[in-house]
Amino acid sequence: MELFVMSLINGIMVGGVYALVALGWVLIYKCSGVLNLAMGELTLIGAYVTLTFYQIGVPFIMSIIITLIIGVILGILVERIFLDRLIGEPILAVLMVTVGLSFFFKGIIEFIWGVQTQAFQPPIFSLEPIEIGFIKISRVYLWSFILAIVLFLLFSAFFKYTHWGLAMQATADDETAALSVGVSARFVYAAAWAIAFMSAGVGGALLGNINGINISVGYLGLLVLPAVVLGGLNSIPGAIVGGITIGILQNLSGTYLDQYFPGGVKEVFPFAFMVVFMLFKPYGFWGWERIERM
Amino acid sequence: MGEGVARLVKRGNVMEKVEPILKLNNVEVKYQEVILVLKGVSLEIPEGGIIALLGANGAGKSTTLKAISGLLKVEVGEVTDGSIEFQGERIHKKSAMEISKRGIIQVIEGRKVFEHLTVEENLKVGAHLRKTGSTKDGLEMVYHYFPRLKQKRNEVAGYISGGEQQMTVIGRALMAQPKLMLLDEPSMGLAPLLIKEIFDIITKLNHEEKIPILLVEQNVKLALTVAPYAYVLENGRLVMHDTSEKLKENPDIRDFYLGLSDVGERKSFRNVKHYKRRKRWLT
Ligand SMILES: Nc1ncnc2c1ncn2[C@@H]1O[C@H](COP(=O)(O)OP(=O)(O)OP(=O)(O)O)[C@@H](O)[C@H]1O
Ligand SMILES: [Mg+2]
Repeated sequence: MELFVMSLINGIMVGGVYALVALGWVLIYKCSGVLNLAMGELTLIGAYVTLTFYQIGVPFIMSIIITLIIGVILGILVERIFLDRLIGEPILAVLMVTVGLSFFFKGIIEFIWGVQTQAFQPPIFSLEPIEIGFIKISRVYLWSFILAIVLFLLFSAFFKYTHWGLAMQATADDETAALSVGVSARFVYAAAWAIAFMSAGVGGALLGNINGINISVGYLGLLVLPAVVLGGLNSIPGAIVGGITIGILQNLSGTYLDQYFPGGVKEVFPFAFMVVFMLFKPYGFWGWERIERM
Repeated sequence: MGEGVARLVKRGNVMEKVEPILKLNNVEVKYQEVILVLKGVSLEIPEGGIIALLGANGAGKSTTLKAISGLLKVEVGEVTDGSIEFQGERIHKKSAMEISKRGIIQVIEGRKVFEHLTVEENLKVGAHLRKTGSTKDGLEMVYHYFPRLKQKRNEVAGYISGGEQQMTVIGRALMAQPKLMLLDEPSMGLAPLLIKEIFDIITKLNHEEKIPILLVEQNVKLALTVAPYAYVLENGRLVMHDTSEKLKENPDIRDFYLGLSDVGERKSFRNVKHYKRRKRWLT
C-alpha cells in the first residue's frame, strides 16, 4: 500500500513536468497542425542551457528564466528560418523538416555539450525527502512539480486573458476567419514555437535536474508523445491529464512490473497503454471532434 | 458599365451623389492559374452606401468578395486582369493582411466563429486591428447593436444558435472598425424572424455608423429592400445592375429571382433568358 501511494505520488509529480513538455507539442499542433518531431531535442537544449548557466554560478531560478528567454528567441528563429517558407506545403514535407531539425539539433548538442551525463552540481534541492506521515516525497520531485504548475498557470493566463493568446486560439480554430480580422497566421506560428521552446526547455531542465542530463532527456521529451496523444493532440487541459497519466503509469509499471520484465518496461508501458487507449478513444480525452451545429 | 449610376445612395428619402470608396474595373479572377471564375466584373460602392451583389450558386459572388479582401490568395486565387481601387489606391496585389489593415473587413460565408472561444473572446479577437478607442468601447458598441450577444457573452461560440453565430461574426468584424464591410450571405440557413432582426441591424449600422457595405445575398427580396442599388452576377459576369426599385419592377428579376410573375401563370422556361435558366432560388 505504502509503495503504491508513493509510486502514485511520484508519478503525479513527474507527470506535471511531462505535461509541460506535452504543452509544447500541443501548442504547435494546435496552431499550425504540425507534429514537431524535434520536440525531444528542444527539451534537451533547455536542460543544457539551464545547466550551463547554473554551472557558471547563476541561481537555479534565474537560469530557468534565462532558459525561457532563450527559448523565445530560438523558437522564433527556428520558425522563421525553417518553417515559415513551408506554410502551405504538404504536411508530410513539414513533418520531414522537423525530423531534419531533430538530427540537426542533436548534432549541435553533442558538439557543444558532449555525450557524457552531466548533473546539476551542487545539487539544487537537499536530498533529504519531505515526510508527511508514512509518505516520503523527494524535494526535487515536489519543487519540479510546483514549478511546472506555476508555468502552466502562467501560460493558461496568457491564452485566456491576453490579446495575443486569444489571437493564437482563434487561428487554431479558423485560420481564414482570423486572417479576415487581421490576425496573421505567420505571427501566431512564431509565437507557438516560442512558447513551445519555453515550456519544453523548462520541462527538460526539470527532468535533467531529476535524472541528470544526457541524450536520454531527449527521449523523455519523446516519451510525452503518448501523453499528448492521450490528451488529444490539440487539447491543453488534455496535456496536463495526459502528462500526469503517463507519469503515474510509468512509476507504477516501474514499481510492479520491473521484477517480471526487467529493464525498459517503465519506458515501454506508457506507449503500449497508448496504443490500446487509442483503439477506443481515437481523439484522446479532450481532442476536438468538430462541434457540429446548424 | 453604367458609370456613375452606382454613386446613388439613399440618405433618408433623397438620393444623393457620392464618390465611390471602392471601384472594381474589369476584374478577372483565376483559381490555381487556370480556373477562370470572374470574367471582367466592374462595380462601385459609394461612400456610406449599401450595395447588393446577387446571383445564383456558383455565380462568383464570394469570389468577388475574396478578390476585394485579398482572402483569395489563401485559396490560390489571383486577380489576373483589371484592377480594384480602394479610396483611390490599387489594392488587388496586396496581401489580405495589408487590405484588412486598410479597413476592408470581410465576413466570410458560413458563420465562421472561433468555436472554442466565448462570444466575447470572439469579439476581442476582432479588436486586433483597432486603431482608436479601447476594446471595451468596441464591445459596448457591438452589444448596443446586438443586445443578444451581451446575454450570451460568456457562452462558447460553437454552441450558440446559428443566428447568434451570425451576429457574432458581424460583431467581430465591427470590432475592427471597418471602413468597408463585405457581408457574405448573412441570411443563409436562418429562420425568417432572425433574418429580419439581423438585416434591421445591418441597416442601422449603415445608417448610424456610416459603414459602407457590400452585401452578397441569395435572398433577393430582402437584399433589394435593404440595398438601394444592386448588381446581378451570372456565371462570372455582371448581367444587370440598377436601383433596387427598378430591379424589383424588372420582369426577369420578378419572374426568376423573386418568383413573381406578372402574367399570372409561369412563363415557359424556354422563353426565359439565359441567365434565368437555372435552378430557381426564391426568397
Ligand atoms: N478555391 C477554389 N478553387 C477553384 N474553384 C473555385 C474555388 N472557389 C470557388 N471556385 C469556383 O468558382 C465559382 C464561383 O464560386 P463562388 O464561391 O464565388 O460562388 P458564389 O456565387 O459565392 O456561390 P454560392 O452562392 O454557392 O456561395 C464556382 O464554380 C466554384 O466552383
Ligand atoms: Mg458564396
